[in-house]
Amino acid sequence: MGSILRKVAFPIFLIGVAAIIVIAWVPALLYGTVDSMRDDLGRFYKWEPRGEHATLTLDNIRQYLEGSIAGQSAPAAHIRFGRSTAAACTYVLWLLQFRITRDVLAVVGVVGFVSLFAMFAIWWERKVAARMQSRLGPMRVGGWHGWAQSLADGIKLLQKEDIFIAGADPVLFRMAAYVAFIPALGLFIALPFSAAWIARDLDVGLIFILAMYGVGVLGVLIAGWASNNKWSMFGAMREACQMISYEIPLGFALLVPIMTVGTLRLTTIGDLQSGGFQTWLAFRNPFLLAAALIFFIAALASCKRAPFDLPEAESELVAGFHTEYSGFRWALFFFAEYAEMFAAGALAAILFFGAWYSPLPAAWGESWRHGPLWQQALHGVVFSGPLWLIGKGIFFVYVQMWLRWTLPRVRLDQVMYACVQVMLPLAMLVLLANTFWEWQVRDRSVLGTVANLVCTAVGAAAVLAIIGVGLYGFINRRRLVGTQVVKHLPGA
Amino acid sequence: MSGEAIAFYMLAVLAAGSALGCVIATNIVRMALCLLGTLGAVALLYFLMAANFLGVIQLIVYAGGTLILIVFGIMVTSRMYGEKLKPRRSEALIGALVVLALFAGLVAILWRGPWVTVVPTEQPNSVAAIGQALLGTYLVPFELASVLLLAVMIGAAYLAQPAARNGRGTEREE
Repeated sequence: MGSILRKVAFPIFLIGVAAIIVIAWVPALLYGTVDSMRDDLGRFYKWEPRGEHATLTLDNIRQYLEGSIAGQSAPAAHIRFGRSTAAACTYVLWLLQFRITRDVLAVVGVVGFVSLFAMFAIWWERKVAARMQSRLGPMRVGGWHGWAQSLADGIKLLQKEDIFIAGADPVLFRMAAYVAFIPALGLFIALPFSAAWIARDLDVGLIFILAMYGVGVLGVLIAGWASNNKWSMFGAMREACQMISYEIPLGFALLVPIMTVGTLRLTTIGDLQSGGFQTWLAFRNPFLLAAALIFFIAALASCKRAPFDLPEAESELVAGFHTEYSGFRWALFFFAEYAEMFAAGALAAILFFGAWYSPLPAAWGESWRHGPLWQQALHGVVFSGPLWLIGKGIFFVYVQMWLRWTLPRVRLDQVMYACVQVMLPLAMLVLLANTFWEWQVRDRSVLGTVANLVCTAVGAAAVLAIIGVGLYGFINRRRLVGTQVVKHLPGA
Repeated sequence: MSGEAIAFYMLAVLAAGSALGCVIATNIVRMALCLLGTLGAVALLYFLMAANFLGVIQLIVYAGGTLILIVFGIMVTSRMYGEKLKPRRSEALIGALVVLALFAGLVAILWRGPWVTVVPTEQPNSVAAIGQALLGTYLVPFELASVLLLAVMIGAAYLAQPAARNGRGTEREE
């Protein structure tokens, strides 16, 4: 078994990377094709209500694909289909025109992404922890660096007994895992992966995500209470206190970019940052940079990550709120946690760090967006697209892991002190200062430009520092960590 | 039956069922969670009617509110597994009277009120419109409500203050 896995591991990895790149732009392309097809056909047949309500028939689509309809627009105009290919594509495109098909696809995509990401992130967290503590981490399952460890753990957890304690609350104990997990899935409904990649583009997207975070806490609270165990109870109480306190600086920090852009719609916020590195919101003025920091710390506390992982402090509370859970219910809490971690990272990226745009100005690639297919695909990789958002999100998740294995856990009174006496006044000050900035300083004025440039320089320096330190460590790896480690840990 | 109708009936059953559960349950934490179920189902009904802002605010305010209710109102004050609540006879009588009056009023309103049958759709800029209304047309009531809330908060902080006269009384909390 192991040898087979070892052989297929690398091809699976390559296929996975290729699939991610393809998946990243194919659905958007198909949706675009269907919509432009509907427009073209509406123009050709002079349908009367045009657009949304017209349902395409199979014949319409087949004729369109075979090119017998005049006035076709991009992107389908670049391909000429043969008869058999057209017949095969017809059914797919016909299905894709309905909203319900798209919704089903979106839900499947969200569930799949969350599960895959959680599995990847758990494996990765173990590897990161191992690197920071100079050990190997999971190495056996699957051959290459234990890549299949999470998969094996998942199968193990599925088989494990779902232990139910006699003293626990019968309904709530079972329900808690779902109450924690479903909001974590739900927030992905409003989380855009790129301008076109969003299940529901709500005009209240941002507060919808905040609401989902708020509901997710209830799952932890119910779990802790229903377990009928004082350690679980303490964990749940700590979580509730922490969440209630840190929601306030979190909210204040979020108000700062909202004040600057004037909308709650996440796609609009993202599109405002399309003009390259210096237009990213965090670098627009110093207060936005400060707000980004406050947001990140508060989000760390909301996701109950170290140094704020008091709810499950294993040195004091056994495992905190999920002490009594086993099997897949226990895994659901972890799925929820990693989903929330990614969402926090993605939210930070959308609000402050250029959303799904690359550091290059999007205007440079404008001609590629309407070019032939390979240019469109390249545009999705180089300039904007879900890959950028996922990449940035994963980077922030990495920072969260990095902090977790670097910083010691703080005490509860320190958590409260940091929130009420440091973060809250700071967030309020930043909010107030940003109000005056927006009121008095124009973007094009000297002060605004200088502030923008200075913040951009700070941001660029931070990025370069991270890359530089990484490179320095990589070049001097033999001297810093020693040949023994280098031999056993490729990439050290 | 359309998808909306199915969703409506499911949510309606959920809302009514949890409301009933809130009344029937004897365990105080379960009551609070049933209350949350009702409020959540109503929030989902708002989403169904394309009133996204209302639904989201309902979720934030009431989910957060119920959370605080459970934490500070119940967990801190009662024992681990909660206390069984049982109303006295006089309380039950007063409760029944209030409920009857409320029910009659609601039925009268439902009977007389005009029913809008238009399918609601999402408005493009509802948040901006709500913001304009709150800080423009209805500024005075909005500010009055916030002053009232501020007064309540100051009052609560004053009441909760433990022995402020003895100097640093808050030091020994928790």
